[in-house]
Amino acid sequence: MLRNFLRAALTIAGKDLRAELRSRELLGLMALFALLAILVFSFALELDRPGRQDAVNGVLWVTLLFASILGHNRSAALEREHGGFDALLLAPVARGAIFAGKLLANALFTLIIALLLLPLLTVLYNLPQFPPALLLIVPSGCLGLAAIGTLLAAITVQTRARDSLLPVLLLPVALPLLVTALRASNAALGNLPEAELQTWILLLLLVDLIYLAAGFLLFETVLES
Amino acid sequence: MKARTDVLVDVQGLVKVQGRLPALRGVDLQLGRGAFVALLGPNGSGKSTLLRLLAGLARPDAGSIRIGGWQLPDELAAVRPHVGYVGHETLLYAHLGARENLRFCARLYALDEPEPRIDDMLRRVGLERRAQEPVRHFSRGMQQRLAIARALLIDPALLLLDEPFDGLDSEGREMLLHLLHSGRERSILMATHRHSLAEGLADRALFLRQGLVAGELSLADHVPGALAARQAELTESP
Repeated sequence: MLRNFLRAALTIAGKDLRAELRSRELLGLMALFALLAILVFSFALELDRPGRQDAVNGVLWVTLLFASILGHNRSAALEREHGGFDALLLAPVARGAIFAGKLLANALFTLIIALLLLPLLTVLYNLPQFPPALLLIVPSGCLGLAAIGTLLAAITVQTRARDSLLPVLLLPVALPLLVTALRASNAALGNLPEAELQTWILLLLLVDLIYLAAGFLLFETVLES
Repeated sequence: MKARTDVLVDVQGLVKVQGRLPALRGVDLQLGRGAFVALLGPNGSGKSTLLRLLAGLARPDAGSIRIGGWQLPDELAAVRPHVGYVGHETLLYAHLGARENLRFCARLYALDEPEPRIDDMLRRVGLERRAQEPVRHFSRGMQQRLAIARALLIDPALLLLDEPFDGLDSEGREMLLHLLHSGRERSILMATHRHSLAEGLADRALFLRQGLVAGELSLADHVPGALAARQAELTESP
């Protein structure tokens, strides 16, 4: 049972990665947006050196959030083209495996953008050092964004206002994730007492769990409604 | 299949409401094993909706569907491996090649040793030389051929076809006719507007009108023009 679930999820994720390798539509769009966003933030905020270090977390997570919205919209649209969702629904695989497969691919795309942003932010925003705790915080944040984004994109892609509806739904729902990821990153960068780091990381993982549970529980209803 | 009976598909009083309007208003249908039934009717009569319900892509609002003894939608998971579907959309991924699309389908259906079967299907739909090419470079007709190959790859006991000849050129039509004739052990339900093709392929025609079965006609005698005459008769009746 578990083997079948994993095989189906990896098959679906592999299909998304292979399609992206061919088209480079989704990652290209997300990367371009992310680069432009951090440049715009850099000019718009006009911060001094300490101010930049304080703002870097906000810039990172807001940029990732908006880049992931673009990515989820595009990923769901690609699946919808030519009836891809129907193809998945017809297949004898657990609906949860479809969610897991889409989630894996979306999380990986968001993580790639995060890994592209981190060195750039380090340079542009004068980060004195790269805290190792970010290696846990950033992938956890990307996983949470992918979980809630995959679920909500599956809802919005079925509507006429699909392009504008996803941000409207995702931004408020992703707020707990944004807050915990920001706090955890701030603690990792030494802007909060070190004792708080563990608490915020645990809270971030808890938010991830809630989003994942919601995704696995609701994805079948969303797809088949 | 769960039970070995002569009836593969048994539909009773099927109702489906779309928006506020009923797309199906109590359809009854029985499809025997190995039977080929053509589904005819004007646009909006409920043909596509009926096929989507049988494929498990939509849930009925009332009525009962049994396929191979399994009740839908409760036992849909057991039915899925045995149902092939060709709809209005091709169910293909544009950035993947023809072979990759079939391989993806084979993996989802956990087919054993799928490569020889994929080779065979590509050859039968005339795409073996373009197997590596991304589907987005294909014409509409070539995509339709691949969509048909995708549905047949799993060797389904029940094949649901929604206007399968759309987009096919004469060569493609011949190819599909050959494919459908060569798989007579499977049950086929085909929605179409093309009377001549239905007369050549199906054993029986079912006429849908405003979400109801308005009539049927045996096609065993292959009388040319019989379908058009029967449809005209049903259209004129109140």
